[in-house]
This record gives sequence, C-alpha cells and structure tokens, in this order.
Amino acid sequence: MTTACPECDNGLTVGSGTRLSEILECGDCRSELEVVSVEPLILAIAPEAEEDWGE
Amino acid sequence: MMRAAVVGGSGYIGGELLRLLLGHPNVELAAAVSRRLGGRRVDGVHPNLRKVTDLTFCGEDELDSYDVLFLATAHGSTMSLLPRLAGTATVIVDLAGDFRLTDAGDYERHYGTAHAAPELLGEFVTGMPEMARERLRTADRISVPGCMATAAILALRPLAAASLIDPDVVIDARTGSSGSGAAAGEHNLHAERSGAMRVFAPAGHRHEAEIAQACGVRPTMTATGVEAVRGVQVLCRATLRDGADERTVRRAYRTHYADEPFVRVVAQRRGAYRLPEPKILTGSNFCDVGFAVREENRQILAVAALDNLVKGGAGNAVQALNIRMGWPETLGLGFPGLHPV
Repeated sequence: MTTACPECDNGLTVGSGTRLSEILECGDCRSELEVVSVEPLILAIAPEAEEDWGE
Repeated sequence: MMRAAVVGGSGYIGGELLRLLLGHPNVELAAAVSRRLGGRRVDGVHPNLRKVTDLTFCGEDELDSYDVLFLATAHGSTMSLLPRLAGTATVIVDLAGDFRLTDAGDYERHYGTAHAAPELLGEFVTGMPEMARERLRTADRISVPGCMATAAILALRPLAAASLIDPDVVIDARTGSSGSGAAAGEHNLHAERSGAMRVFAPAGHRHEAEIAQACGVRPTMTATGVEAVRGVQVLCRATLRDGADERTVRRAYRTHYADEPFVRVVAQRRGAYRLPEPKILTGSNFCDVGFAVREENRQILAVAALDNLVKGGAGNAVQALNIRMGWPETLGLGFPGLHPV
C-alpha cells in the first residue's frame, strides 16, 4: 500500500501486514506516524515528547 | 593520470587539497608550492599525510607544466599571480576571493582594494557544481566560492529560484577557527580563542556579495567564530511570500537537490541532528541544508552546514575538476564524515 506522509507529503510504502496503532517513520522528515485506520489506510502524526535544551 | 600542482600548499585549504588529490585515483600530485617552506617535506606541516607522500614543497619558479593548477593562496594575491602562472596549466582552479565576483566595482566595494586584473573576471566559472555544472564541463578557469557563501547559497537558492521568499535575507554565519587560515595571528592563540564566541563581522561580511550574485537576494550577514576547528553553519532568515508554506518549501528543496550527490535535505522532526550540523560533516564533501517555517509570521529559517575546508573549499574544487574532466563527480570524495566525533 502506498500513501503520503501527513507531515511532509513524502511518498510512503506500507506493508500489507500493517496493524492499527503501529508506529511508522517517514524516511524524509523522520516524523513518527501512527496508523489510525487500516482500511482505508490513514496515518497521523504520533504524539511525541519534545526535548527542551534551552531552559 | 592527470598532473596537478597546488600553489599555497602549506595552508589549511592547501593541505586539504593535497589530502584529496593524493587520494584521487585519476590525479598525480606533481608539485606543491610554498614560498615559506620550499625544500621542506609536505608532511612536516600536514602531519596527516605522513606515509602518504614523500613530496617536498617547491618554489613558484620551479613549476613547469601541468594539466591543472590549484591556487590556494591568500585573498588578493591570485590576481597578481595569475598572469605569471597562466601558462603552466590548461585548467586553473582558484580558491581565493579574487575571481568570485564578476564585477570589478563589487570587488573593490567588498574587498577594499581595486582589482589588479579586471579583464580576467569574466573568464572564470563559479566552482559550485550545484549552480554551474554545465558551464564547468568546459571551463578552463574556475573560481571556488567562499565557505560561508557556499553554505548560504546552497540554503537559499531553492527558495530564491522558486520565488518563495522576499529578497531581504538576514544571515547569521558561524565558523570554526580553521577559517582564519594557518597564519592567523595572536588573536587566534588558544588562550584567546578557546571558549570564545567572537562576532568578528558584526555589520556585514564580504561573502554577502557572492550570495547576492548567486541568489538574487539582498543579504545582511554577520559572522561569528565559535568553539570548533572545522565547520560552518549558516542561519538564513527570510519572509515567505504569499502562497508559500512549509510543504511548498520542502517540495522546493526536494526537487532542487534530488539529483545532487553532495547536498542532503535535513529537516527532520526527531533526533539530535534534525537540522544541519557541521560536526558530523568533518572531512566530508556533503553540505546539509534544512529549514523551519513559522507560519504565524511567515518567517522561514534556512540552515546549511558544511566542512569549511572541504565542501567550503578543497572538496568543491575537486568536484568541479571531476566535472571538467568528465569523470564521475564523486571520484575521490567518498568520505562520509564521522560519527561520533
């Protein structure tokens, strides 16, 4: 299955065994993407804890 | 094998050229010129070349005939050297600032002195493959851009070419100490330099002229020396034009650099190296470019990083030579950098 990264539009190929809630990584912007629907395939940005180096 | 000579071989850029040429499969390094160190071994001043070469430095008057001559001399000296040395080689690659600008008036404004050979300015092709690849294929005179200019040009050209930004750009450049050259004076003693973040060009830098010439923008540049030996990082701030957003910016970078062997788009959401970082580029010919967009005020930060002595100088020169000779563009430039370092 192919789709696009919801963050940067990079094309993604996803294996047929993909499961709900699986976390994938975009090869371009390196966003962590969560599979929120398998049929149809929908990816969303996975929640992420931000680093904070400047405090 | 092509015979090459390097004038100014004892400096940092010259040393980097020697390192790259000695490892190049199609080049025989036939001569290295140093006014100061004639007769001395090359590996005396460049100890990384021990057991790599037994070459000794020679004087300029000992040069004979070469296929390519690299000039890694101080700014302001190549324009007087060139008429004397022009007959020694078919191809001349200049790494100083003397032939980077096409206009003699611009040169005088930014370098503070009149150009000694303005009639030769038009002969040089910019030694940056990403903007002059086709012209380099037949160029016999090549002028390699400055290190900070190279980084800024590679960061800004995709945006400027796609008309995504307004022309006013503010550039904050940071550079390692090797950018000051091997003859830097007392202000570069370790006791003075170590730990310092020295804003040495607070109100403009001469690389502005090269960036303006290459990108058609109006740059305002500052430069700061930081705690590193190698490396340049530029932060370029500009305003996005109507209709431009993060996706169009990413698309512009992706398209512009899709086929470039030494430019990588690095604008990632995660990790310690999410934007271009010069530390991991040490010794490599890569330039990493990236960006961040703040859509609420339409500001874009374009970032680029490179090794000032490699992609910012000697590596760019060798890449240009590869193109000129019809060789694979990456020949002799395969080192990917180190991590951790």
